[in-house]
Amino acid sequence: MMSEIEMSRRGVLAGSAAAAALAAAPQVEAQPAKAPAPATMPVSLTVNGKRRDLTLDTRTTLLDALREHLKLTGTKKGCDHGQCGACTVIVNGERINSCLSLAVQHQGDEVKTIEGLGTPDKLHPMQAAFVRHDGYQCGYCTPGQICSAVAVLDEIRRGVPSHVQADLSARPQPTNIEMRERMSGNICRCGAYSNIAEAMADVAGASV
Amino acid sequence: MKPFTYERAKTPAEAAAAVARQPGAKFLAGGTNLLDLMKLEIETPRHLVDVQDLKLDRIEPTREGGLRIGALVTNTALAADTRVRRDYGVLTRAIVAGASGQLRNKATTAGNLLQRTRCPYFYDSNMPCNKRKPGSGCAAIGGYSRQLAVIGSSDQCIATYPGDMAVAMRVLDATVETVKADGTTRAIPIADFHRLPGDKPHLDNSLEAGELITAVTLPRPLGGTHHYEKVRDRASYAFALVSVAAVIQKDGSGRVAFGGVAHKPWRVEAADAVMTQGAAAVTARAFANARPTDDNAFKIPLATRALAATIAEGKSA
Repeated sequence: MMSEIEMSRRGVLAGSAAAAALAAAPQVEAQPAKAPAPATMPVSLTVNGKRRDLTLDTRTTLLDALREHLKLTGTKKGCDHGQCGACTVIVNGERINSCLSLAVQHQGDEVKTIEGLGTPDKLHPMQAAFVRHDGYQCGYCTPGQICSAVAVLDEIRRGVPSHVQADLSARPQPTNIEMRERMSGNICRCGAYSNIAEAMADVAGASV
Repeated sequence: MKPFTYERAKTPAEAAAAVARQPGAKFLAGGTNLLDLMKLEIETPRHLVDVQDLKLDRIEPTREGGLRIGALVTNTALAADTRVRRDYGVLTRAIVAGASGQLRNKATTAGNLLQRTRCPYFYDSNMPCNKRKPGSGCAAIGGYSRQLAVIGSSDQCIATYPGDMAVAMRVLDATVETVKADGTTRAIPIADFHRLPGDKPHLDNSLEAGELITAVTLPRPLGGTHHYEKVRDRASYAFALVSVAAVIQKDGSGRVAFGGVAHKPWRVEAADAVMTQGAAAVTARAFANARPTDDNAFKIPLATRALAATIAEGKSA
């Protein structure tokens, strides 16, 4: 009997928030005043070319919106503090750490994730180059590495300067040292760095 | 993260009024530092006023021959601007020496000025920290202080200002423009913008509650060669142990500011005056009243050497 009640309570808690609140109601009186419900807001953004409309707790990061609400789990949560780069996605053409951005900051934005770059049947050239050059071992950082790498080549094309550039008035070149400097926000615990830089050089050579 | 409500302001004055009106409200720009601190519940705003729609994302020439940088210009856009690269190279060099490409794409000019310290005891909420919790004490004093301040510190705080961009702005004598909740504006010299910790280490800067940064202005270009030498524990994506921002003229005169050594970008004009006498003369003046710990005393000779390297680079340019 007792275990049946516990079973059903568990079922209710896994259901809608309203049902969970009802199930917990008898306990509420004994508790101090309950905190107000967290604020929610509507957010509309375009993800991989498709418009998505969500209603989210204001605390939801762009990363959690992608993974938990849109089930786009290709983008990874590594450190969740902007130190590892596993969560890198491309927003309005520029790479960012999706863990350090609230979803509500991205109303109307265009987001591209690893799922939007290529598919297993039709790989993006950078994905194909990572496979060719063995640019990963465990693969956890790889979606972030690839999104970052695609954006880095675009930054070099657009002439965005870097720390290793000797002459600030010159156009940056897609050299190995440039790749390494510009990819420093993507950590690979397996240490596939040299192969990642070679994959990028391969793609840059093919398109420059 | 503690729950909060969120709004987007339309004008700078409206944003300032919105933050001043609501207790526990904060401005949100790029969010790269604030979100990090909110996740750790070091920052616990109850309301966020997002300023991204304020149209403060332009860089314009000033009548005085300088540049006016909107508060929301991203680090990437500021570093890449052709006028900045040509006339204020020290600023481009400082920005690209900081953070990662992803962070620089989101971080803003105003937000970067407001970046909070990276002192490990400020980040560890199990530890006492007068900056995080006034009156709780300072675990950094007597603790692991290799990264921390060697000068300008107090008995209550030895944290450093962690950024690079502001160190270059200090050398350039930039001015921070703001608007307050009542609509009045003011211009704060960068030298007076960041504070020393004293007995109020919880205050990083001289902004009032609800005061919003709208722009940073740069005076006319200084000419000379521009340098930013950053010494850190790895070649990229690390905070400075010591950094040197310098503008050096053909005759060997110039000006220099140091990062990673104090609660603010560290520049002593009397030290600038002896630039022609070499690095040791400059740092003897700039660090005359230093009080380093055993862990970080190395920063002072390191500053001398980093400046010597910078001066040598200036001569060969």
